[in-house]
Amino acid sequence: MSRIKNAFASGKAFIGFITGGDPSIGKTHEFIRQMIRGGVDLIEIGIPFSDPVAEGTVIQEANQRALASGATPKKLFGLVEEIRAESEIPIVFLTYLNPVYRIGYGEFFDRCAKAGVDGLIIPDLPFEEQVEVKSVSSGFGVDVISLVAPTSEGRIKKIASEAEGFVYIVSSMGVTGIRSEIKTDLKSIVSSVKSYSTVPVAVGFGINTPSQASSVAEIADGVIIGSAIVKIAAEYGGDAGEHIYEYVKSIKAAISLC
Amino acid sequence: MGKGRFGVFGGQYIPETLMNELINLEKAYEFYKTDSGFLEELRALFAEYAGRPSIMYFAEKMTKDLGGAKIYLKREDLNHTGSHKINNCLGQTLLAKRMGKTRIIAETGAGQHGVATATAAALMGLSCEIFMGKEDTERQALNVYRMELLGAKVNAVSSGTMTLKDAVNETMREWAGRVHDTHYVLGSVMGPHPFPSMVRDFQSIIGREARSQLLEQEGKLPNAVLACVGGGSNAMGMFHEFIPDADVRLIGCEAAGLGVDTGKHAATMAKGEIGVFHGMKSYFCQDENGQIAPVYSISAGLDYPGIGPEHAYLRDSGRAEYVPVTDEEAVSAFEYLARTEGIICALESAHAVYHAMRMAPEMGADEIIAICLSGRGDKDVAAIARYKGVNLHE
Repeated sequence: MSRIKNAFASGKAFIGFITGGDPSIGKTHEFIRQMIRGGVDLIEIGIPFSDPVAEGTVIQEANQRALASGATPKKLFGLVEEIRAESEIPIVFLTYLNPVYRIGYGEFFDRCAKAGVDGLIIPDLPFEEQVEVKSVSSGFGVDVISLVAPTSEGRIKKIASEAEGFVYIVSSMGVTGIRSEIKTDLKSIVSSVKSYSTVPVAVGFGINTPSQASSVAEIADGVIIGSAIVKIAAEYGGDAGEHIYEYVKSIKAAISLC
Repeated sequence: MGKGRFGVFGGQYIPETLMNELINLEKAYEFYKTDSGFLEELRALFAEYAGRPSIMYFAEKMTKDLGGAKIYLKREDLNHTGSHKINNCLGQTLLAKRMGKTRIIAETGAGQHGVATATAAALMGLSCEIFMGKEDTERQALNVYRMELLGAKVNAVSSGTMTLKDAVNETMREWAGRVHDTHYVLGSVMGPHPFPSMVRDFQSIIGREARSQLLEQEGKLPNAVLACVGGGSNAMGMFHEFIPDADVRLIGCEAAGLGVDTGKHAATMAKGEIGVFHGMKSYFCQDENGQIAPVYSISAGLDYPGIGPEHAYLRDSGRAEYVPVTDEEAVSAFEYLARTEGIICALESAHAVYHAMRMAPEMGADEIIAICLSGRGDKDVAAIARYKGVNLHE
C-alpha cells in the first residue's frame, strides 16, 4: 500500500499544511514532528514561491518569510530525507509549477522519489496541462494530486476519473485562508467526485475550527488545514511547536468522532 | 497539451477555480469575434469614441536629422485616454457586457491600462476596481485620482514587490473569488488562453491601419516595424498584420533599466529563461530556483518580469527580434522626440524611439522605419524631472 493510501486507511484523514522554511528549515522539521505527535495523517509541505497566486494573506506572508530565511527546493528535499529517517508519514509538496519546471521535471521527480515525497499538489496546473508533468512523474511513482473547485461542475468527471493519490476539493471560491462560514454545497461536490474517483477525497480551504473540521469529515475522506496552522507559526515564530501540537490534537479529536 | 499554444508557449496554467470561467470566456470570444453586431459596435466605439484611425505621422525633422531611413510614427498616443490600451479595454468591456457581467477588474502598472479600463467601465455602465502596486500608486498618484474621477475603486497592492506583477497576482486572486459577475480585463497579450490571442486581436487594429496607411502614403511596406515590449500588447498589435510580410523586420524594444548586466532591468528576452507564471509558459526573469525576479525599469509600464507567449514564439522562430534599451537611452529619446518633433511620448514608447535613432543612420534614404508610439508622456513628466534632478515644486 502506498503511503498516501495509508493516510486514509484508518478513518478520516487529517492533512496538515506547513510552509517549508518558515521561520527556518530546522523549525519546520520541529513543527512537523509536533503535527505528527498531534495526530496528523498526511503532511503537506509548501515550497515557498515568490508569487503564490492561489494563496491568501496568511500563506503569502509565510512564503515571504520562508524565502527570506533562504528556503529552497533543494533544502526541502533535505528536510524530507531527515523526516523519512524517523517517520513513514505520507508527505506531499505543494508547489507552484515554475520551481518544478525550472529544476526540470525529470530531476525534480527523481529527487522526490529519492527523498520520499509521495505526491505534488500544483495549484497552477489544471487538468488540461497535466500531461507534460504526469508523463514524467508516473515513471517515478510520485502522485500528481488534482484539485476540484466549486466551479468545476462538468469538469469533475474527467478530473476525478484520472486522479492520483487523493482529490483535493477546494471548499470555497477565491484563495486559501480562514473562513467563518463555508457556503459551498460540499455534499453534492463530494458525492459527484466520489462517483468517478477511485482515490480518496479530501476537502480544504477555509477550515479552521474543530466543528468546521468535523462537519467536513462527515462528508469527505479527509480534512485539509493550512492557513490556521501557518497562522500559529506566524504568531509564535520559533516557539510555535507546542501551540501547533495542541491545535492539531484538537482537530484530530474532532475528526476522529466522525 | 492545453489550448492556446504558440509553439511550446502559452497554455492555461491557472487554478482550477478559474478554468470554467476561462472556457466560458473563450466560447464567448470565439462567438463574438465574428459576430457582425459586436464588431460593428466595436468599430463605432473605435471611430467615434477612441478617435481611430490614429494617424501615421512622417517624422520629417527626425528623419533629416538622423540622415537615414524615413521615420514614421503610428500615433497611438493620440487615442482617447492617451495610449493604445483603450483598444483592448473597449473590446474586452464590450465582451464582458455581452457575457452579462456587471463588474470589471484590472491590474495596472503606470496607470494607463487602469485609466483605460475605468474609462470603458464608465462609458458602458459597469462597476470597476483597479489593482495597482502600492509603490506605483505613490509614483503615479495623479493616475490614481484620474481613475477615481472615472468612478473606479483603486486598491493599493502591498504584497510582494508592490509593483505590476503583484497587481496581476492580486487581480487574479480577486477574480478567483468572484467570477459570477466579474470579468478580468487583462491589460496585455499575456496570461492564460484566451487572453494572449484576444488582446492581440483587439490590438491588431494598430498594425492593420499602419500597414494600409504606409501603403497609401509611401506605396510600399516599411523595412522595419518597432515597438516597445513589457507584456507586449502594443508590439503584438503593431506586428501582427506584418507577420506574413517576410521582408519586414519586426523589432521589440525591452527595458534594460540600468543595463542588462546590472541585475536592475526588465529585459526578459535578453536575460529570462523559459518558465510558467501568470497562466502562461513563456520567458521570465527568474532565479535558479524558479523564483520570479524583482525587475526594474524607469518605465512602470515595462516593469514586468515576463513577456507574452506569442512574442516568445516569434523570437524563437526567428520572425521577430528583441533588443534591450536602457533607462538612460529611453530618456534621451524622450527628450529628443520632444525637441525635434514636438511630441512628448510615453517613456515606454521612448524605448522604441531610441532604437530607431540607433538604426536609422545605418539605413538608406529609400528605407522606412515605422514606430508604434504607444502612448503620450504627460504621465512621465514628473518621473523625467526626478531622473534629471529637477525639482518641480508639485
